[in-house]
Amino acid sequence: MAHEKVKKVVEEKPYGIIGQFSTPKAVYHAAEKFRDAGFKKFEVYSPFPIHGMDDAMGIKPTKLPWLILLCGITGLTAGIVLSTWSSSETWLFGIKGGYKMIISGKPDGFEGIYEFIPVIFETTILLSAFGAVFGMIGMNGLPRLYNPLFKHDHFAKATDDGFFIAVECKDPLYDVNKVKEIFEKSGGDNVTEITD
Amino acid sequence: MSDTALDPFADNPKKRTSLVQGGLNFGQVTEKVCNVIEGNFGKAWWMCLSVSLSMLGLLGISIGYLIWEGVGIWGVNNPVGWGWAIVNFVFWVGIGHAGTLISAILFLLRQNWRTGVNRFAEAMTLMAVACAGIFPGIHIGRVWAAYWMFPLPNQMGLWPNFRSPLLWDMFAVSTYATVSLLFWYVGLIPDLATARDRATSKIRKIVYGIFSLGWTGANRHWQSYERAYATLAALATPLVLSVHTIVSFDFAVANLPGWHTTIFPPYFVAGAVFSGFAMVISLLVPIRKIFKLEDLITMRHLENMNKIILATGTMVGYAYAMEFFIAWYSGVELETFAFVNRAFGAPFGWAYWIMVTCNVITPQLFWFKKIRTSITMMFILSIFVNIGMWFERFVITMTLHRDFMPSSWGGYTPTFWDVSTFIGSWGLFLTLLLLFVRFVPMIAIAEVKIVMPESDPHHGEEH
Repeated sequence: MAHEKVKKVVEEKPYGIIGQFSTPKAVYHAAEKFRDAGFKKFEVYSPFPIHGMDDAMGIKPTKLPWLILLCGITGLTAGIVLSTWSSSETWLFGIKGGYKMIISGKPDGFEGIYEFIPVIFETTILLSAFGAVFGMIGMNGLPRLYNPLFKHDHFAKATDDGFFIAVECKDPLYDVNKVKEIFEKSGGDNVTEITD
Repeated sequence: MSDTALDPFADNPKKRTSLVQGGLNFGQVTEKVCNVIEGNFGKAWWMCLSVSLSMLGLLGISIGYLIWEGVGIWGVNNPVGWGWAIVNFVFWVGIGHAGTLISAILFLLRQNWRTGVNRFAEAMTLMAVACAGIFPGIHIGRVWAAYWMFPLPNQMGLWPNFRSPLLWDMFAVSTYATVSLLFWYVGLIPDLATARDRATSKIRKIVYGIFSLGWTGANRHWQSYERAYATLAALATPLVLSVHTIVSFDFAVANLPGWHTTIFPPYFVAGAVFSGFAMVISLLVPIRKIFKLEDLITMRHLENMNKIILATGTMVGYAYAMEFFIAWYSGVELETFAFVNRAFGAPFGWAYWIMVTCNVITPQLFWFKKIRTSITMMFILSIFVNIGMWFERFVITMTLHRDFMPSSWGGYTPTFWDVSTFIGSWGLFLTLLLLFVRFVPMIAIAEVKIVMPESDPHHGEEH
């Protein structure tokens, strides 16, 4: 059928090689082997985070905490500005805050900041949490609903009890035979080439 | 390692059994949890849902009539301007706190047993906060003006009062609801991916697929995921303490005898955790039985929670005693009167003693290991705590009925609509609960696997 032929041509682009392991221990030592062989563009897939895997893969710590700090500082500033400005006659960007109102005989504006601490605290927490969650999702490149790995017959096990390593063909050291050899040495099963 | 040689309750962690019992492996854990959402629920679930939906309908009618007629349909009066609406608000917010305590504080304290119960407790937090959120919105009289609570200037450029505990409350509760939802959702992503990968029908695959965001379990993803999770725990810990502190400020900042006390923030936080854990026990005891999750929610989990109930219940008892002591020690006549009247006076002295019995006396039975590890007893005692904690908020709010001047003293009788709104809020809670157990993995599958000894990459290696 003509339709199928077209599809086949499109599918020709390779993605990499994937192999399966049955225990965290096996995948951990396999990752070490890939790291020692000098591979960079490979990834370990597991149903839960494996302790020490970052070192085994040789990847750097995430920069997410800096983003969270930035968001937290933004929240802190926003809380201070919102509460002090709106309870004083300060002008900000050409907009007057509010009125000078003495409530319970307490000072207003910045001098009254003690009474605004709850609000400032909550805005800090809120924006930091946004930073943590949306930062994590964004840094991980999610949502990503299409992934060539999903085509692998056994990959559904990666969220159950399977452990996988996928080596991308973008890696400068990528060589089908070499990668397959490492998989074989470290006890990988179902080693398959994946197309994009 | 065989489970028989080890004691599930041993004080020495090395001699304890694994948190996952029954010798389950990773695949069986997935299977056990996912069976719940993949299985056929049958008649019982639909019957429960129809009951809870009718209760939810009652809530809708009650709120509809309230908006139509006004807060006069409730028993509130002058001087008791705060009635069941505030009692219920504090009751529901308090229940939510156990979820955050389990998910955040126990995470920071490296209490691994939390993994069996945290998802459920966090979901309970969200449902309870949803119920709580209704009451401040509807009790203000003119519901259509509820947005006045938001930090927005009115047409004359006048802002809400940022010094008011009620505005703090609005910030605290909405932040709490948002952060709890995010925390819960972040924890859910890997498990939704599990549900997606196991899905057999197209609809399930698409829906779970969208909500799991295309999660694959890549280690680079886990890396920032774990960092985000730990940071959220660190953020949620002071947050949960601030929320009930601010709820207590709603009372404590007022210059009313019986409310104006500095013990309120810690006392409210301890009470909130106390009531929340009791609710977790009340709900988990039947649920682990119905869905056969005894291997994952073990007796050790339940016993640990009962210990927390005992500890926080004792703190609450201390707070009751200290309130009384300080009222007398202060030498302030009005303060002393407020407390003596609470306990011995008309018309609500009986409510005080229900509160003391259920919150201070009966939880002390948890000192006995036999009671702490008895399913029936813990269920009964946890129900007592739920009742007692509702009455605690009732007693505190009803302090209003004895004002400074005897000429302005009043009483309070709840009306049909007070009761129907409260029952209705249970309808919302139970409906959300039923939908949760039906569609969402109620045990954090990925997190349970982390605490299994096999998850260690050096498992079985000699050191």
